Amino acid sequence: MSDISKDLKKQPTFSEDIGEKNQEHHSFEVKDKSILEKIQHFLHGNPTMVPVFILVISVMAFGLVAGDKFFSAFNLSLIIQQVTIVGILAAGQTLIILTAGIDLSIAAIMVLSSVFMGTIAVNLGFPTPLALIVGFIGGASCGALNGLLVTKVKLPPFIVTLGTWSIFFALVIYFSGSQSIRARDIESNAPLLHFFGERINIYGAVFTYGAFLMILIFVVLWFALNRTAWGRHVYAVGDDKEAAELSGIRTDRTLISVYTLAGVICAIGAWVSIGRVGSVSPTSFYEGNLDSITAVVIGGTSLFGGRGSVVGSLFGALIVGVFSSGLSIAGLDVLWQRFALGCLIIVAVAIDQWIRNISA
Amino acid sequence: MEPILQSISLSKRYGRVVALDNANLELYPNEVLGVIGDNGAGKSTLIKALCGAVQPDEGKILLDGNEVNFNSPMEARKVGIETVYQNLALSPALSISDNMFLGREIRQPGIMGDLFRFMDRFKMQKLAREKLSELGLLTIQNINQPVETLSGGQRQGVAVARATTFGTKVIIMDEPTAALGVKESRRVLDLIGEVRAKGIPIILISHNMPHVFEVSDRIHIHRLGKRLCVINPKEYSMSDAVAFMTGAKEPPKQN
Repeated sequence: MSDISKDLKKQPTFSEDIGEKNQEHHSFEVKDKSILEKIQHFLHGNPTMVPVFILVISVMAFGLVAGDKFFSAFNLSLIIQQVTIVGILAAGQTLIILTAGIDLSIAAIMVLSSVFMGTIAVNLGFPTPLALIVGFIGGASCGALNGLLVTKVKLPPFIVTLGTWSIFFALVIYFSGSQSIRARDIESNAPLLHFFGERINIYGAVFTYGAFLMILIFVVLWFALNRTAWGRHVYAVGDDKEAAELSGIRTDRTLISVYTLAGVICAIGAWVSIGRVGSVSPTSFYEGNLDSITAVVIGGTSLFGGRGSVVGSLFGALIVGVFSSGLSIAGLDVLWQRFALGCLIIVAVAIDQWIRNISA
Repeated sequence: MEPILQSISLSKRYGRVVALDNANLELYPNEVLGVIGDNGAGKSTLIKALCGAVQPDEGKILLDGNEVNFNSPMEARKVGIETVYQNLALSPALSISDNMFLGREIRQPGIMGDLFRFMDRFKMQKLAREKLSELGLLTIQNINQPVETLSGGQRQGVAVARATTFGTKVIIMDEPTAALGVKESRRVLDLIGEVRAKGIPIILISHNMPHVFEVSDRIHIHRLGKRLCVINPKEYSMSDAVAFMTGAKEPPKQN
């Protein structure tokens, strides 16, 4: 018994180890930060400020360079019209990228939905609301298919959507017979399909109904992501899927809901695109997939998931629109627009990385 | 005294490997039970069986004397067995209060909650603040700051606070101090004391002998898939415990 008590005495306790005085258990260290660190922390807390800042700067810069031609109510509203479709696609894309996924098929889903709507309403002569419903079901099913392949077959989203992109595009050709549906035929048979192309003029600024719908989509998604449990789950799944699962989130259900909702948003985009373009063309929006990813990335949403804001993507889309408009009004060739866009993407991701490398 | 959580003859085989061989464990009210064992002794399989992550082949688990079966950690959580995982299972980009209610959000009353599914953020933040201050963690100033801006110990604090929030009967803590420095480990050990003072018994799994000996009331030594013995940390030394664990010394006779 005696050797035990000797042993026990030798056991160090913690208070001896580090001394009573050093035990500031509850302390929360606040060290002085440099200005750069302060900016980093601010942007970390408010990631949407990066695209807002870039947007304001670029609008002012182009306003100075290109003058009234650029900085008029008409031209600025035209930019919003031009980014409507990419903006809507970017809204859906944001949801998917927030879950650390990516959707390469998003524009193909939109075109497929628009082909359903156009073919059923115009070529087959069914009532337009029925055509719209089929288009929406089609979009949702395409999204759900992506979601099921990602969650149940456990394939990487990049591969899944690379595959479905081709599949959906083939279906577009099959259902449309490679034929466009002319604007005139839509106008006379199914004018409801053109609804979101209607324009209203407010003091020289011209807005389509579609532009308002795009804004509405962003507002609704912002509330859903920030004010509902579902939205928090979307972020948590993208941030750390395993942790989300251990916290009791049904991650597969969340992911399938995200992909399906993105499909529905594509179908909304399909309706708006018929109004914007006038016709239904099976070969339109071929670059829409990448354009939507560009808008999301410039909008400050991280491709690694869990970080970013849907509103940022709206600004991202607007930045792309402002650059295209500004550079073409300034008389620069299209190749330089693409050049500038490429630089923007790289700068945006570099800033994102920098913000993520925050030290506590 | 009735044990609050008890496992009787749990067995689990993976092919030819016997991870659990008729393992017993008892956790009594208001105690901290340390669980130690060499690598591969089967202690983590035992703990996974108790928290629902692994389904045992044989044997039963009793909670308050009633038999329970878990197919997932969620089911264990529903009856009050909370686990603080080694990786904490927090979402770094979400705020402290979002994390505390992750998967168990409170909805607003009325149409805003029922139809539009809006969360009652105000209530969640208030509860989160209350829970953290009960555990003496309120120096975390802003309940809305992202968890990734917290130190390792503070994150552990958030994970423990989350585990104590929802009508908890038992908390299982897996290596809570493994990733922490000396000062932060100290804070977490204090936290274990505070949780016990609230009347919630704890199962503490750790490789850190000084930590286990300091906070445990009893120490369960696991060896070769089953309980070797339970010792009182005041009667045996750490070197004795290591000797039992590795088989270098015969365990004390127990009835």
